[in-house]
Formats: sequence, structure tokens, C-alpha cells
Amino acid sequence: MIQRLFRLAHKKSPWILTYNAGGCNGCDIELLGLFNPRYDIERFGILQQASPRHADILICTGPVTIKTRPYLERIYEQIPSPKHVLVVGSCGCTGGIFKNAYNVLGGIDQVIPVDLYLPGCPCRPEAIFNAVQTLIDRL
Amino acid sequence: MSRLVIPIGPQHPILKEPISLKVEVEGENITHVDLQIGFVHRGIEKLVESLNWVQAVPLIERICGICSHVHTTTYCQGVEQLAGIEVPKRALYLRTLMCELERIHSHLLWLGIVGRNIGQEAMFMYAWRDRELVMDVMEAFSGGRVSHQANTIGGVRFDPSPAETAAAQKLLAELESKVVALRNIVEHSESFISRTAGMGVMNRDDIRRYGLLGPVARASGVDFDLRRDRPYSVYPELDFKVIVRREGDVWARAMVRVEETMQSIAICHHIINKLPGGAVSVKAPRRVPVGEVISRTEAPRGEVVYYIRSEGGEHPARVKVRTPTLPTLASFPELLQGVSIADMTVIISGADLCIACADR
Repeated sequence: MIQRLFRLAHKKSPWILTYNAGGCNGCDIELLGLFNPRYDIERFGILQQASPRHADILICTGPVTIKTRPYLERIYEQIPSPKHVLVVGSCGCTGGIFKNAYNVLGGIDQVIPVDLYLPGCPCRPEAIFNAVQTLIDRL
Repeated sequence: MSRLVIPIGPQHPILKEPISLKVEVEGENITHVDLQIGFVHRGIEKLVESLNWVQAVPLIERICGICSHVHTTTYCQGVEQLAGIEVPKRALYLRTLMCELERIHSHLLWLGIVGRNIGQEAMFMYAWRDRELVMDVMEAFSGGRVSHQANTIGGVRFDPSPAETAAAQKLLAELESKVVALRNIVEHSESFISRTAGMGVMNRDDIRRYGLLGPVARASGVDFDLRRDRPYSVYPELDFKVIVRREGDVWARAMVRVEETMQSIAICHHIINKLPGGAVSVKAPRRVPVGEVISRTEAPRGEVVYYIRSEGGEHPARVKVRTPTLPTLASFPELLQGVSIADMTVIISGADLCIACADR
């Protein structure tokens, strides 16, 4: 009973945390664009959170650089379970265009487990919207 | 009074991109700032050397998502100069048009972020709603909202029809009336002024000492704009005003940016009206002759400098990028000295950082 209630609450208002692990900022501004009046993702109960401890879904952009790796791991640890990770952007999925750069480790899944990948360079807000919805449906 | 170190970043709500500030406070006031950058350093300058001249363009576009077009413009302009390519007039006009559209998008984005960080959520909503109009224009022209993939060596990769430019002009006219409303908020709203006026004041000497550029310098009375003072591309044929203010605080930076947005809209109309016909690109050679070149452009945040060296092969031998955010970051430890911790967010977001540019 409590489990069901918990799941329902989780589904109706998932809070998200965004982290740029080393990308070009393009996906980040499209992500932030989801909160503007044209797309308005907040009408689904989705709120952007400042602290990992309040978040349910971690949205990561960009490839993982050597310097952000420990921070990304710590952010992931700090999110309370059940936690979900959505990767936005081609470079976050595989390393993309930066794959052969000396300071890049590769995609986000090299460091933390990923639930959903969304390729695109950069992803359109509609695509991110759809990905978040898909993730919520799976909760 | 006891000392306290507050770590800010690399993940923090006021920062859109990762940097780390270790702020030492005594009571409410900041006594020391320790700045750490390099979180998004990917090694693009090295990676470019392994690609050929044309392949490098999409990678250079991904140095930064906000000022993507101006980076490729600077690179292509440099390579064209090195290879002695005569770019068609229409291509130069279209390239400049895209640069100005990008400036509008960047300034409105900044205005929204600064509004959010000072607690005016409505400002964020208005600025980002209006920004969608210019995103639509850019998308209609090039097919991309953020990364346009519009430049190539020897010209541009889009050729708008008269119907498309007319539609763009209509959207730009609509945008203009909305930017006027935003300017009125910035200029007259008591809550905006009281939160930003007198914050992070820099005088002309500070600007010179740190080598600050762009709207930050122009808000402190430095009358310098590369578009007017070292004109490149088709800027000599366009007339526009360089906005300068003397206050040097965050409010002045906001005013400079909003007024520049108005100017950019006027430039866009001007370009579309004057747009010549003809080809939009010429074929570029595979190899670029031996030599080196410095290419400079005025990005939304200030001057971008590229140093490009060729050894005659199919690959660039060296591409060095200098972006305007680095000197701004260098000025932070002094700028934040003695200010209240609550005002720090205003000053940091007022500087309009682009970390992806600075770290590359």
C-alpha cells in the first residue's frame, strides 16, 4: 500500500537535477528551455532541483571529462533511491564528437548506470520532453 | 568573527556550467575566493589537429553551445584569409546575419538567467519566451536551433528564399516590440534596479588591468567594439551604434545588453534589406598554403581570437582559441572581495560566464 502510494507520488511529481559533465552547453540551454512558457514542463509536476538529495531523476549532458568524474559519482551517490539517469546528447551517450579527445573518458555510462539515452546534437526540447515522459512512464 | 568556507560548484543552481568557487566568509562578507576551472576541458584544440580543415568546422562549433556560430565564423574567416579564398558577398551577409541573430539569442538568454538568479522568475519567463522567436528564425534559416552548422570554408551552407527572409523580418518585428518591453523592465523596475545597481562595480582601470572585453567593458565606459573599430566581414557597410555606459555595475551591464539586442535587431533588418544575390559559397581547396593568421570577431561576450597555423597539409598545424570569459573569471577573486554572500549570485551571473568557451 505504502509502496503503491510512493510510486504514484514518484510518477506524478518527479524532481530533476541537471548536471553538465563536460559538454558544450548546447543541450543545457535546450534543457533549461523546457521551463520556458512555450514548453513549460512544470505542468507535469516536474521541478528543477538544486540539490541532488531532493532529486529523483538526474539529467546528464556532455561526455565525462577526467576532472568531473569524481563529482559525477558523488552526485549520483547523493541522490536517494530509487534514482534514474537520463543522458541527453550524443556526446553523453558515447562520447560523440569528442570521443578521441585526450581529456574525455567517453559517455556517461562509463561512470554511472544510465536508464535512458537520448542522442542528438543538440537535442531539441521536444525530444527531451518525450524522453522525460518515457522515463516517467517506466517508473 | 569565525571564518567559514563555503564550497560553490561544480554543481550549483546559480551555475549553468561547472566551475568551482571556494568562498571564505567572515560573518556575511566574502574575504577570499579560490577559483577552480577546467571541468569541461575536453582538449578540442588538440583534437582539431587530427582532422582536416573542413572536418574541423563541426567540432569547433561545439566549443560552445551559445556562441557556436561566432566560433566557426572566426575559424572560417581565418582559413579563408590563409588560403586566399574570395568569399561571395551574399555569403558574408548571411554569415553576419547569423552572428547578429546569435547575439540576440545570447543576450536574451543572459537576461533570463540573471532574472532567475535575483529571484525574478517572471523575468526569466518573459526573456525566454521572447528568445523562442529568434530561435525560430535561426531554425528556419539553418535547420538548427542551437548548433546551426551554417558555416563552411568558402561560404555558408544555407540560402534563404525571399519568402523566408520576409517571414524572418515579421518575427523580428514582433521580437522588437517585446524587447522594448523587457528594456522598460530593466530600466524602470524598482525591484530589478535595487537588486543590481551598485553591484560588482568595475572602473576603467580594472577593465584594463584584467583585459576584460565585450559588454562588461562597455558597461564600464570602455568605448570599444571590434565590429566598429576593427571592422571585418561586411560590418563597414552597416551602420549601428555602439552602446556604452559609465556606471560599471550589473545594472549597466544589463542595460548595455538589452540596448545591444535592439541594435542587433536593427542590423538584422538592415542586412535582410540589403541582401545581395549570387552564390552562397565557393569551393575550398583541400590543402591550405603554409602560413599563420590571426582572426578576430566580436562574439556576444566580447572578442574571440583565433590563431591558425598551416604547414601546407590537409590538417591545421595549430588552432589556438582565446575567448572573453577567461579574463572575466580572473577578475572574480578581486571583484567578490568584501561583498555580501547574498550579492555574490548577482555578480557571478552578471558577468555572463561561458565556461565551455573558456575551458574548451
